[in-house]
Amino acid sequence: MRATTPGYDFARGIWRENPVLVQLLGLCPALAVTNTVANSLAMGLATFFVLVGSSLLVSTLKNLIPHEVRISAYILIIATFVTVADLVLAAVVPDIHKALGAFIALIVVNCMILGRQEAFASKRPVGRALLDAVGTGTGFIIALLMMGGIREVLGYGTFLGWPLFGASYEPWIIMILPPGGFFTLGFILLAFSWRESRRQEKPSVRDWPHGVGAATRRSA
Amino acid sequence: MGDLVWILISAMLVNNFTLALFLGLCPFMGVSARVATALRMGGANIFVLVITSMTAWVLNTFVLASAPYLRLISFIVVIASLVQIVEITIKKISPTLFRELGIFLPLITTNCAILGLAIFQTNRGYGFLEGLFFAVGAGLGLTLALVLMASIREQTELATVPALARGMGLVLIIAGSLSLAFMGFAGLFST
Repeated sequence: MRATTPGYDFARGIWRENPVLVQLLGLCPALAVTNTVANSLAMGLATFFVLVGSSLLVSTLKNLIPHEVRISAYILIIATFVTVADLVLAAVVPDIHKALGAFIALIVVNCMILGRQEAFASKRPVGRALLDAVGTGTGFIIALLMMGGIREVLGYGTFLGWPLFGASYEPWIIMILPPGGFFTLGFILLAFSWRESRRQEKPSVRDWPHGVGAATRRSA
Repeated sequence: MGDLVWILISAMLVNNFTLALFLGLCPFMGVSARVATALRMGGANIFVLVITSMTAWVLNTFVLASAPYLRLISFIVVIASLVQIVEITIKKISPTLFRELGIFLPLITTNCAILGLAIFQTNRGYGFLEGLFFAVGAGLGLTLALVLMASIREQTELATVPALARGMGLVLIIAGSLSLAFMGFAGLFST
C-alpha cells in the first residue's frame, strides 16, 4: 500500500478526491435533499457525524472483525450511528428532519461511508482514520453546500431563506425539482472538466490522479 | 386490485426510484454503459427488491412492533445477509455474470433503492400484497431507467461529443433530461 502523509490523508478528501464532485459517491443524498442550503447543511453535518463515528469505531475494532463478515459488520456500525443522528435531528430540528424524511435513514447506504471503511479505516491506525474521515466528511459538506447554494439561489431566488433578487425575479422552478439536481451536478462536472482541459495546456501543473479529468483523457 | 395496479405504476413511472427519488444512482451511473449488462443489473435488483419487501413485511409484522428503534439496523442486516446469499449463488451459477457486475454486486446492499423500498413501505403502511406490487414496480422502474440510460450512452459513443463533455458530466445531463421527461407521467394521476 502506498504510504501517505497525515496531512495528505486529511486534505485529499476535501477537494482533490472530493467524494461527490470527483469520485461521484454518495450521489443519492447529494441530489435528493440539496434543494435548499439549510437541508444541505443538515444532511452534510449528519453524514459527517456518521462517517467520523464509524471510521473511529471500525479502525478501533479492525483486528476483531472477521474478514468474511466485514461488510455486514461495517454496515451494522454505520446503522447504529445513523439511528443516533436520526433521533437527534428529530429532537433538535424537527422541521428539517421532516423535510429530509427517509433520506436520513438512507445515510446508512451512502456508498461514500462504506467505501471509506473498506478502503481506509479498516487498514489504518485510529488517528489516520480520523483524519481521513474528517477530510472526506468536510469535502462532502462542501459539495452539498455548492449544490444547495446553486439550486436555492436559482430555484427560489433566496439564500438560507433571505431574498436576493427582489420581487421581480422569476424563480427557475426546475432547479428545485429532481431534474434540477441532475443538471446542477452535471454542469459542475462539465466546469471541472473544462478547467482540467485548460490546465492540461500548461504541462508544468501536476495532473489530478483520479476523477473527471482522468476519465476524460482516457476516453478522448 | 385497482389500487395494487396504481401502486405498481406509481412506483415504476410517476415516482420512478432513480429519476424522481434519486435512489439506486450507483448502478445507474456505474453499470449503464451497455444495455445487456444494464438488463442483468435490473434483473438482480428486481429479485433483491422483492425479497426485501417480503422480509421487511415479516420483520415489521412479527418482530419490530415492540422495538421500532431497531428497524434500521435489523433491515440492513437482514438485507445484507440476503445479498451475500444472492452473490454466492450467482458466483456459482454464472461466473460470467459475476465478473460483469463486478464491484456493484456487493454494493447492491448499499443501493439506496433496496433500503429505501423497505423504509417507504413501512412509512406508508403497505400490507404484504401491496408491498410486493410496490417492489415489482420499483424494480421495473429501475430497470427501465437503467436500460434507457444504457441505450442512450451506447448512442453517444457513436456521436461526435465534444471532448469536454465526455464522461460523467454528460451522463448526469442525460439523466436530468430523462428525469424531466418522466415528470410528464405525473399527469397520469390527475386524469
